[in-house]
Amino acid sequence: MPASESTALAVTEPPSSPPAPPAAGAEATVAPRTVAPRTSAPAVAVGAADAPSGAPAGAGPSRRRPEIETLRAAGGGRRRRPVPRWLRRASGPVLLLALWQLGSSTGFISAQTLTSPATVVTTAWDMIKDGSLVDGLLVSLRRVAYGLLFGGIAGLVLAVISGLFRAGEDLVDAPMQMLRTLPFLGLIPLLIIWFGIGETSKIVLVSLGVAFPIYLNTYAAIRDVDGRLVEAAGTLGLRRLELVRHVILPGALPGMLVGLRYSLGVAWLALVIAEQVNADKGLGYLMMNAREFLQTDVITVCLIVYSLLGLATDMLVRLLEKGALSWRRGFSGQ
Amino acid sequence: MATRLLRPVTGSADGEPRLSGDLQPTGDLQLTGPERAVAVTEHESSAAVEVRGLRREFGGRAVIDGLDLTVAPGEFVALLGRSGCGKSTLLRVLAGIDLDVAGAVSVPRRRAVAFQEPRLLPWKRVWRNVALGLRGEDARGRVLAALDEVGLDHRVDAWPLTLSGGEAQRAALARALVREPDLLLLDEPCASLDALTRLRMQALIADLWERHAPAVVLVTHDVDEALALADRALVMSDGVISEDVAIHAARPRRPADPEILALRAHLLELLGVPTPAAS
Repeated sequence: MPASESTALAVTEPPSSPPAPPAAGAEATVAPRTVAPRTSAPAVAVGAADAPSGAPAGAGPSRRRPEIETLRAAGGGRRRRPVPRWLRRASGPVLLLALWQLGSSTGFISAQTLTSPATVVTTAWDMIKDGSLVDGLLVSLRRVAYGLLFGGIAGLVLAVISGLFRAGEDLVDAPMQMLRTLPFLGLIPLLIIWFGIGETSKIVLVSLGVAFPIYLNTYAAIRDVDGRLVEAAGTLGLRRLELVRHVILPGALPGMLVGLRYSLGVAWLALVIAEQVNADKGLGYLMMNAREFLQTDVITVCLIVYSLLGLATDMLVRLLEKGALSWRRGFSGQ
Repeated sequence: MATRLLRPVTGSADGEPRLSGDLQPTGDLQLTGPERAVAVTEHESSAAVEVRGLRREFGGRAVIDGLDLTVAPGEFVALLGRSGCGKSTLLRVLAGIDLDVAGAVSVPRRRAVAFQEPRLLPWKRVWRNVALGLRGEDARGRVLAALDEVGLDHRVDAWPLTLSGGEAQRAALARALVREPDLLLLDEPCASLDALTRLRMQALIADLWERHAPAVVLVTHDVDEALALADRALVMSDGVISEDVAIHAARPRRPADPEILALRAHLLELLGVPTPAAS
């Protein structure tokens, strides 16, 4: 195989210029020679009747000497010990943190604006020790969990109804599409009037935020299931419920999980708003309390906890995706 | 063979198969489930497939117009025709997928389809795909036997997306076979395979047909495939079966057989591709 020989050669050889050196290039030129007669075959047949088949390269006047390129195997020549990916990924945040600490230590950032990372760490430790952080966290987690549960179920059920049935689509989809344009955070005054300032209004707000992304993505995913698969499954004698269970819902699962991830982001957002408007416990309450006393360290700790929670839930869904969608062989980046 | 009549519900349920081709408006008979929306008439018949006066319109244009077709039990019929002639539509009608038709169609209750694309559910492992909709005891045992028969016993637990084209198509064939159909409908099952895999697939189809002896309707555009496999080659044009060519050559078929060569030229000419041998 001349082709594989010449690439194998090119890998071991330093980048040689187009006019190849005699010893190594003798084999490298084999490849173009076998190619050239084929591409210029008509010209040979008409003009050079005296030159039979295996004519040497460059014999005919019409034959152009091809420009030779040396191909290198990817990463073959320079194999360094790679820096672990997580370390490379961590370098950005670490740098940012270092700058922040530097700014605080030099007094460039005043403690009233933003406390130093070191103070944040000690404050967090204090808040863990006295239990206020854990208490607030549990209250907030509970609100999000209930909101996700109720909102998720509502979005899912509505999406299945309008995804599976034409009548359901007519009945459900139009109102949902209209309501989705409503900025749900603007409903807080109404919710307080309806449900008071207790837990209910907060859970309802989170539920509202969660329901729409789940609904929209699930509905679209159901309608996006490959009709040919549904048809084929139909010829196998599946009953309607089996069709939904084995074909339509699994087919819609990737879209559903996208909806879930999106709705988790919205859930934390709704929670922050709900807890800051009116609360007597929870993370948002801790923050509002800290504001009264200009405790930027406490506020920062709460913000970090919020973002860690968002990160954790996102990772949870990713893990779920990995498990549930292991059959997929999609493009995973280069 | 238990055969049932697919026909518009408006027909009288007198238990007698009406094959006279009375054209009736079919309303909204669009359900694909073989168990629904059809007047079921069990009857004993000598034919596996009996179609009379079939008509199927798409937007006012009749793709199938007054088509008659009879397929005997265990007979292998190849359906040839230029693209767009309605052969795939006919197959979908026989499968019970497309019931928006006029005319009378009776087909076996046990029938299975293999499409041009394997149409395996990517989220179910191979054996689960084959087992889909399978009822009765020891489904897994039957599935494994079917997969063994098509030579896929080593990919039982694989994900469909990791199969090669030929493997996926064999899995689809196993999925059809495991239902022990009396009528096997094949819609260009080899069309998307490479030349070598196609030959192997055709040999497999011939082998399975001889072992299980279902009636087969094979839609194909490949004259050689039809000549290698079928008892009869039907050419479809203008919405009807315009030509019915019996292939008597002994099996296994040899492409160089003079009879096969003559039929090949004949069929190609019917399909509008005259060969030097024919002219």
